[in-house]
Amino acid sequence: MKKSVFLGALTVAGLAASGAAAATLDDIKARGTLNCGVTTGLVGFAAPDANGVWEGFDVAVCRAVAAAVLGDATAVEFVPTTGKTRFTALASGEVDMLARNTTWTLTRDVDLKNEFVGINYYDGQGFMIPKSLGVTSAKELNGATVCIQTGTTTELNLADFFRANDMEYEPVPIETNAEAQQQYLAGACDVYTTDSSGLAATRATFETPSDHVILPEIVSKEPLGPLVRHGDQEWGDIVRWTLNALIAAEELGITSANIEELAKGTDRPEVNRILGSEGTMGEMLGLDSEWAKRAIMAGGNYGELFAKHIGEETPVGLARGLNAQWKDGGLMYAPPFR
Amino acid sequence: MTTDTDPPKESFRLSMLIYDTRYRSTTIQVVALMAFMLAAAWLINNTMQNLAALGKPVEFGFFSEPSSYDINQHILEYDSRDSHLRASFIGLLNTLIVAVLGCATATIVGVLVGVLRLSKNWLVAKIMAVYVEMFRNVPVLLWIVLAMAILIESLPRPSAFRGDNPDATLKLFDSVAFTNRGFYIPEPLFSRSLGDIHLFGQSSLRMDVSLDLLAFVLVLGLSIFAARKVTARADAIQNATGERPTTWYINLGIIVLPTLGLLIAMGFHVGNPELTGFNFQGGIHMRNSLIALWLSLSLYTAAFVAEIVRAGILAVSHGQTEAAAALGLRPNRVMNLVVLPQALRVIVPPLISQYLNLTKNSSLAIAVGYMDITGTLGGITMNQTGRELECVLLLMLVYLTISLVISSIMNWYNNRVKLVER
Repeated sequence: MKKSVFLGALTVAGLAASGAAAATLDDIKARGTLNCGVTTGLVGFAAPDANGVWEGFDVAVCRAVAAAVLGDATAVEFVPTTGKTRFTALASGEVDMLARNTTWTLTRDVDLKNEFVGINYYDGQGFMIPKSLGVTSAKELNGATVCIQTGTTTELNLADFFRANDMEYEPVPIETNAEAQQQYLAGACDVYTTDSSGLAATRATFETPSDHVILPEIVSKEPLGPLVRHGDQEWGDIVRWTLNALIAAEELGITSANIEELAKGTDRPEVNRILGSEGTMGEMLGLDSEWAKRAIMAGGNYGELFAKHIGEETPVGLARGLNAQWKDGGLMYAPPFR
Repeated sequence: MTTDTDPPKESFRLSMLIYDTRYRSTTIQVVALMAFMLAAAWLINNTMQNLAALGKPVEFGFFSEPSSYDINQHILEYDSRDSHLRASFIGLLNTLIVAVLGCATATIVGVLVGVLRLSKNWLVAKIMAVYVEMFRNVPVLLWIVLAMAILIESLPRPSAFRGDNPDATLKLFDSVAFTNRGFYIPEPLFSRSLGDIHLFGQSSLRMDVSLDLLAFVLVLGLSIFAARKVTARADAIQNATGERPTTWYINLGIIVLPTLGLLIAMGFHVGNPELTGFNFQGGIHMRNSLIALWLSLSLYTAAFVAEIVRAGILAVSHGQTEAAAALGLRPNRVMNLVVLPQALRVIVPPLISQYLNLTKNSSLAIAVGYMDITGTLGGITMNQTGRELECVLLLMLVYLTISLVISSIMNWYNNRVKLVER
């Protein structure tokens, strides 16, 4: 008899466990806040401002999702994660989504059981080096000491790049961007390597940014985007289409300035469908009809977010480049809202 | 006359398991054991089922995949095409390096500080007290980070050694460079080297053992063995005649001459570090992360060792010291011949714990980017493969094994030094 009780208990435990995996949306609604994993601090992408409020390009994605789901862009609990802790935080349910300069790779998507919902920044790995060293190309870095954030794809790209070019290097593994900055500025390493957007963001915080150059070589493709856990497709859909709504809004000319106007109804059906005055797209996602309107109003469309946090007018100073809309020769291309 | 005092045999009833004091404690233990095993089985089973539901069943195949990352400090040959298993092995060796260096330094510093804290010199005793209280009352992670920050910020960068009139120069006859990337010290080189022997073929444990080193250790060992024989003979003569023959120059000759001969035969010379390109090349590079970790771990643990040594010395009755002094022994001989040998039996058992603590604390290495086994197996490998459970379980197993080995060695030593009681 004991055995059957034991097996029964196991079955119940197993069922309970599998039931807990789904319905992230219900959990978030019950909790009232969205738990969003971000970096430990990278100016322009995710960093607390002087008042302790998280701000940045990745943070804006979290806020847009919170606005779509909960109707409140501030109902976000930001969880700082390092390159090493991020996937565990997501897999264990500590965060509902990650918006944290994470490169979309096959292993991470398939083997680590994550679901990448899109790309919000097309990046590539670059090298930053003090001007005084007189280096103009990454091919001249033989024998250099390289600071690198551990647990990232950059670590693997770096090994491959130096190996392919038959050069030696000395890796200095580091946990966070702040530590890397300290070691780099103290000269404990000659070069700092990470995604070139990250390099620009880091350089922007230096006392004299012009003393440092970012070498022209981009040694990898780093498509960065938000991701969720495997196993809850409905939640994945919500995050995916919130991001798509931000990108499509820029393409269709929906801005935070004219959105109220457009929401009353226009003669352009796709704008109407996004903003909820036509069709039932919100209901299909399990949300209400104004979900996308709220997401866009949270901080603006994709282009507005880019310009506000990392664009050329900001200290980070990144050009749109690959991240321009497809009509302008970039790669930003939202699937149709139909 | 015999009487039968045995009680009449009772037949066994099931209720006796609870009501009979002869069986009760066994019953309780059996039930508790079964409950414990059920709980453990439930936990394991639940984990397995949840992992399977996530599509991540427990398996160790990833270990043979290429690691794809580099490790800066590797005493065996390693590159990014080697397997995850090899990378873990390199990490394990790095853990052992810092643990051995740390335990040795902590013991030396700890014993010195512990003895000096009992000094009659007020200043020395107080300085040692301040040292002990400072180090053992601040978390070791902070000491590690502080040591690293001091190394990085206070020492010159390699580029400061460049140019005709450099800001920094090599010390000790141009042989040692102190930079903020670590210390570069001369390395021993042999122009007529005996070569290496390869062990373990192509497996992940493969290693090259230098025959030069083996020969050196062998000759030195034999010399020391011979020198001890000479000392034993001197002891025998002293016991027989009361006259002790002078042996130090014989012993010195026996130890130094063969070793020196071997080194000359193998063409021993030192290679000094030289600044080429971005960094110093040649010589042995002791990375700043190793130095920071080694220094802070040993100084931290030494504070505890000092207290253990002090307690051990105080545990030896004062009458022993007075008796030894009455025999005419000088204070330092009293300490070496009478007090310390007796104090050791009190010192060694808690000392084992400190060695274990130091080894386990070395897992904080990632704070300064030192690639120990936590940094490789429990860090990059775990992160790149996403096999958290497997990696953490293996990591725990590794630390458990290291700790048990240290314990058994120290227990063996303890059995040797403990008082033989009759």
